[in-house]
Order: sequence, then structure tokens, then C-alpha cells
Amino acid sequence: MPETLTHSSEGQAEWPMPRAATCPFDPPPALKSLQSEAPVSRVRIWDGSTPWLITRYEHTRALLGDPRISSDATRPGFPRTAGSAQSDTRAPLSFINMDDPEHARLRRMVTAPFAIKRIEALRPAVQRIVDDSIDTMLAGPKPVDLVEALALPIPSLVICELLGVPYEDHDLFQHNTKVLVKLSTAREESAAALTALTDYLERLLTSKLERPGNDLLSDIATRRVATGELTQREAARMGVLLLIAGHETTANMIALGTCALLQNPDQLALLRDAPDAKTTASAVEELLRYLNITHNGRRRVALEDIEIGGETIRAGDGLIIAGDIANRDPDVFPDPDRLDITRNARRHVAFGFGVHQCLGQPLARLELQVVYSTLYRRIPALALAIEPDQVRYKHDGAVYGVYELPVTW
Amino acid sequence: MHVEVDQPKCVASGQCVMLAPGVFDQDDDGIVELLDADPAPEHHDDVRESAAVCPAAAIRLTEK
Repeated sequence: MPETLTHSSEGQAEWPMPRAATCPFDPPPALKSLQSEAPVSRVRIWDGSTPWLITRYEHTRALLGDPRISSDATRPGFPRTAGSAQSDTRAPLSFINMDDPEHARLRRMVTAPFAIKRIEALRPAVQRIVDDSIDTMLAGPKPVDLVEALALPIPSLVICELLGVPYEDHDLFQHNTKVLVKLSTAREESAAALTALTDYLERLLTSKLERPGNDLLSDIATRRVATGELTQREAARMGVLLLIAGHETTANMIALGTCALLQNPDQLALLRDAPDAKTTASAVEELLRYLNITHNGRRRVALEDIEIGGETIRAGDGLIIAGDIANRDPDVFPDPDRLDITRNARRHVAFGFGVHQCLGQPLARLELQVVYSTLYRRIPALALAIEPDQVRYKHDGAVYGVYELPVTW
Repeated sequence: MHVEVDQPKCVASGQCVMLAPGVFDQDDDGIVELLDADPAPEHHDDVRESAAVCPAAAIRLTEK
């Protein structure tokens, strides 16, 4: 076993593992050692249980695509995250923690708005939102926190566009969303914000039933609520779920991506001067691979015995599938620890793999393509306003990122 | 090359449509639709890539 690991008294390495202080964009060094020396091994988590840790790309894809593993967090052996042990404020209607066929039935109710043509039709609106946000930032004082100025508001405004939230309701919507996605919010406060948002979405669904538009809520209202497939409340909860899922993730990719690019100026220049949309799109895939912000591993539990990597995972054993290190597997991505926006990174697993793969990925791609291709072009002199080693990274966050990113130009 | 799609398996990730729009499309719910079961050679690489990144293994290829 490598020396860089922290061992519990029983000998298993402890999870999560710390990143190296000097390499904020790289997965923990201990994970890298495990990938090469013990790719399928047990780790000890906060509650004393010892799920399997999966580190290789090949095993990650095989297992996430395997019907013999379950996403049902209520099953014994499922490796729960520390936070989920307390009552949490997440909407009870969540197909994220269900298995097929129920998972597929619910997920298919909301796939329509994420079809590529529908998402592509949003591109001009996303471009306008990004340009307006940059205009506002340029008109204000500097230095400014890029998280507050761009990274958080852009996904919020885009999701309003997608859901079909009228402009006059922006304030209520923005305020409650902000409360919800802030890590520091007290539980009572976020429960109140969640209720306010669900109530609001329910009222909005009623008006969409009367006057449907070309948006996600109209789609759910006319095709699912009107037909009795979903109640108004269930539909509203689904709306809230989509809202939350696409928020923190995209916001962190915008801020952390900018942070990484400012520290890799050659890559930033390549991206800024990308000759066409295809090059930009390819660069986005590499940033998704390299940053892999879902750093807590995907959690599953085995339903049957599974042989993998020379080990036998028994029915009932928990699994943590560490996509961040899978995306740095040298067997798949040569020189994996280098950010290289010219490489073909398409096969990354940043959105997961298997039937639970991120539903919002087309929207995330669109937003990141527009932000990255616009921001550095419009502000070529964009620079960190603090020393790189002063940036505060979200080591303990549900999603990895930066708490703030002071920039100037 | 011969292509088959398994619609019940599809999870609407849309990656095949982005990679090989001449071969794959999506219905109103984002579920894969096959436009060309026997694509011309210039599409083969994109179709192979589509099959490789499909999260639900809903694309089946037979190389002739």
C-alpha cells in the first residue's frame, strides 16, 4: 500500500482523501496510487462502513452500465454521504436515487426539453444572457468576484429561460435559488426557500396550463399534469429538482474553469482564439474531464456478486465510483494530468455513465461553450486579483469549485 | 457497417446526435431515432464514437 494514504486502525484507507495543497486541480495523490496499485479496494467512510472504491476508467464504465448495481440509497449497504444521514431538504421526488423501471419512467417525462435541437434553439438566449452579465460586470467596480458576477447568475438566468419563468418574477426566483444553492445556508432557511420555490412553480404550472409556451414547464403541464401522469405538486418538485441539479454544477464549472485557465495562459489563449464552434466544444469536454467537479464519487450498492479487477464484490456491498480519477486514467487519456484543450476528451465520465448519466448535459455543454468562448474574448486582460495560492477551493463541498474568484482586467 | 438502435434503452443523452447528426436524430422526447442504418464510410468514425460514448449501450454496430 502506498505511504500517502491515511489508514484507519483496521487498515483500510480513509475516504474522502485529501488533495495535495499545491495541486488544487488534481485528484488526491492517494487515489492515483490506488489506481495503479489496487484499483478495486475497500475504503473506510465516515460511518465506519467499508465500501469498495473503484478507480479505473474501464471498471467505472463497466460498473455504471451494469444493471446488477443499484442507485437506491435506502438499500442496506449503500454508502451514504455524511450529510444525507440528517434529514435533508432535497425534494422527495428524485429519480436520481431510484432504479429502473421507475427511474426510466420518471426520467423520460423530462427528457424532451433536453433534446439537442431544443437546447440548440436556446443558444441565442444564452449568448444574450452571458453578454448582458459581462456588460454589467464591466460597468461595475474592480476587482470583482467572478462567482457572484457571472458564475452564479448565468445558470440561474438560463434555467429561467428553459423553465419559462416570466421576467417579472425574476427577483423572487433568483433570491430563493441563491439561498438554496449556498452551502452556508441554515437548514430552516433553505427549507423555507424550497417551499417558496415549489409553491411558486406550482402557481406557474397553472398559468402554463392556460397559456402554454415553448418551455419546460409548459411541456410538463400540458403533457404530464393535464394527462394525470403527475400531480401539480410532483411536477413542481421535478421543476425544483432540475433547477437545483443544473445550478451549482454549472456555476462551479464556470468559476473553476476560469481559475484553471488563468493559471494555464497558453490553454486560455488557445481557447480564446478557437477558430470554430467545434474547437470550443472540444475544449469544453477537456475542461469537464480535467476538472471533474463531482469529486465525491458516485454511490451504488451491488445487487448480485460481481467479479471485477481480480476482486469479488458481494451482493449488498457498497461502491464508491471515483470518476475524477477515472478521468485521469493514463490507459485512456495520455499524460492525463495535463490540461490540453486540443486533445479528444469526449469519452470522459464527468457526467457519469449508464442510465443515470446527467440529464442536463446538453444544457451544461451549451452554457459552458458560450461562457468560455465569450468571456476571454471580451475581456482579454482578465486576470486573478489575488495570488493563485490565496484562492479558496471547496474541498468539503458537495461539488468541487472555488468559494470566490476575485478578478480584475 | 450496419447500425441498430435500442429505443427502450435510450436515456436521451443526445451525444450521438451531436456526433453524427446525419445518422441519428431524436424524437420529441429526446429518444434516439435512426436516420440511416447503413451509413456511408465517411460517417463510420463518428458512428463508432457515438456507440462508444452512449451511456446506455443503445447503439449496436455490425462491421461488415
